[in-house]
Amino acid sequence: MELLNIVDLHANVGEKEVIKGVDLAVNSNEIHAIMGPNGAGKTTLINVIMGNPKYTVTSGDILFEGRSILKMTVDERARAGIFQSFQYPEDISGVTFMNFLRLAYEKVHPEKKLSVLEFGDFLVKTADALKMDHDFLKRYVNLGFSGGERKKSEILQLSILNPKIALLDETDSGLDIDALRTVSEGINRVLKSNLAVVLVTHYKRILDYVKPQFVHVFIDGKIVKTGGFEIAEELEREGYEEVRV
Amino acid sequence: MKKNDDILMKDINYLSKAEPGLSKKIIEEISYSKSEPNWMRELRLKALEYFIQRPNPNFGVDISTLDLDSIVNYVRPNSKRERSWEDVPEEIRENFEKLGIPEAERKSLAGVGAQYDSEMVYHNMKEFLSKLGVIFLDMDSAIKQYPDLVKKYFMHLIPPNDHKFAALHGAVWSGGTFVYVPENVNVPLPIQSYYLMGSPGMGQFEHTLIVVDKGAHFEFIEGCSGQNYSISNLHAGAVEIYVEEGATIKFSTIENWAKNTYNLNTKRASIDKDGTIIWISGTMGSAKTMLYPSSILKGKGARAEYTTIAYAGQGQHLDTGTKVFHLAPYTSSKVDSRSISFGGGYSFYRGLVKVSESAIHSKSSVDCSALMVDDISKSDTLPIIEVMNNESDIAHEAYVGRINEDQIYYLMSRGLTEDDARALIVRGFLDPFIKQMPFEYAVEFNRLIDMHFNSKIG
Repeated sequence: MELLNIVDLHANVGEKEVIKGVDLAVNSNEIHAIMGPNGAGKTTLINVIMGNPKYTVTSGDILFEGRSILKMTVDERARAGIFQSFQYPEDISGVTFMNFLRLAYEKVHPEKKLSVLEFGDFLVKTADALKMDHDFLKRYVNLGFSGGERKKSEILQLSILNPKIALLDETDSGLDIDALRTVSEGINRVLKSNLAVVLVTHYKRILDYVKPQFVHVFIDGKIVKTGGFEIAEELEREGYEEVRV
Repeated sequence: MKKNDDILMKDINYLSKAEPGLSKKIIEEISYSKSEPNWMRELRLKALEYFIQRPNPNFGVDISTLDLDSIVNYVRPNSKRERSWEDVPEEIRENFEKLGIPEAERKSLAGVGAQYDSEMVYHNMKEFLSKLGVIFLDMDSAIKQYPDLVKKYFMHLIPPNDHKFAALHGAVWSGGTFVYVPENVNVPLPIQSYYLMGSPGMGQFEHTLIVVDKGAHFEFIEGCSGQNYSISNLHAGAVEIYVEEGATIKFSTIENWAKNTYNLNTKRASIDKDGTIIWISGTMGSAKTMLYPSSILKGKGARAEYTTIAYAGQGQHLDTGTKVFHLAPYTSSKVDSRSISFGGGYSFYRGLVKVSESAIHSKSSVDCSALMVDDISKSDTLPIIEVMNNESDIAHEAYVGRINEDQIYYLMSRGLTEDDARALIVRGFLDPFIKQMPFEYAVEFNRLIDMHFNSKIG
């Protein structure tokens, strides 16, 4: 049984169809890259998997560990082990990163009863691995964070929450080469715990660090081509128009 | 959503209750029963005349539903003013124990006053403060023990003809606290007064008078709550604060009147040269509130700071704000005023900053923001700024908005329920205020938010 199995998925925003028949199966330990031009609906696909109420699934199904999750709310999907990283994560004024993450951790892992101190320790170690200043744990969630800091904060959350599948949206955008390396190392570290990854990206750059076994070309609301890493290289060389079937 | 956040109070015994409504006779009886000096009785009777003459305010909340003739203006519990909780009648003591007042006193306060309905039932201060010359008394005792001091200040900042409810207050005021902090005395812990309303259909009119003498430092907390009834209760208290040269006061209020209460309250401070007032004000309870704590910056370099919130839920209309009068050079003010409206509540920020011609080189920054949690709640802001000289620096920012659904989605994607997400955003929005609250209140307030938003973030 696949961890995530998307079957002939169609979804609308308002009256407009934006996901037009997607099939995708992802197993634990697999990395899938979804590449495509701007506006193709890559981010939308991630949002639909996570259950963003802006989108309505009109037909098809999303199975997670064999069960349909279409009726589950966003937070239920998160607690089931699905994680979405955002290209532009929201800021939450007045809520420190530390308090926010502890709350999220308690919700996602209610069985692990860490004391405030134990959790703080865990958080600091994880932040160190991502070369993040501890000061930022006391700052308000994403407020005044630079683009790079926001990406690191997303990957820190991924590391802490330790989901079964990570849906990563343009994690490489806006990162300089050092930050990209740090963030990729962060992802790779979580990969050691059987994580499945669906990585949405416009460019091949991040795939040199987080190596996918599968690359899907996503154009106009559907996957038009699937293959191995060579497809990413082909795309880089020839652009999306050439790859269109 | 769970709506019943009312406190349940034990019935107590009463010594006397006035007839409903107002008359010269009722006022004379109140004054007589308190064995007041002549000047106070005359002040009351003069105030009654003003009350009869003055119209209702022509702005703010709708008070046409408040029947002043049916309000019982004086309710005297069967208790003396005790200096030990042991001596306070059991039922009354238990009502205050439920609110954690005696416990807070033991842990973190320099003194406590506790008023039940119209009278103080407990008033006590740590011994070392008396030795420093600090006076902390219920108002009735203060009038008797320090007549000249009280007469010099009582209802000078808020004269009885100020407005209709100041006049009502002047006529029937009862209870409240008098504090005098002598020159250069630094009171290391806060003093708190707590006001409880237990009787249906009554009015509570406590008078708080605080004088912080030159160079002294003082922190005062007032808390209020009451039992909810199907008929209206009225609160029209008055707070007068005198901050002398170089003195500082932090004055915190946590107002949580029952949802049947009209809270028409007046607070005013005068701040002398280089003095500072810090207002921390939380308005959570009541059906309708009109409250605009005012700072009169009359000495050079005087400062006022405000951190205020209004928290308006179902059936509540909270019309609150701040008023600052810059009357001397180099005065400064800073206002951070926030409001939450939810469940159909209505919050209105009404602010005034006035900078006089002579108040050159003054600075003022006003930041007011309002967050509406849902589509059925309302919010407005009306900040007025009048600057009469060209050499002052005035800044103003306002924000009115609804909770952003993308924020909710973001938090839910991290495993928080929708209710938790809303509660967390509300808490975050109110964080500057919550951080300023005494610890016990902050915990209690977070619990209140959790309850209103059906959240379990704890």
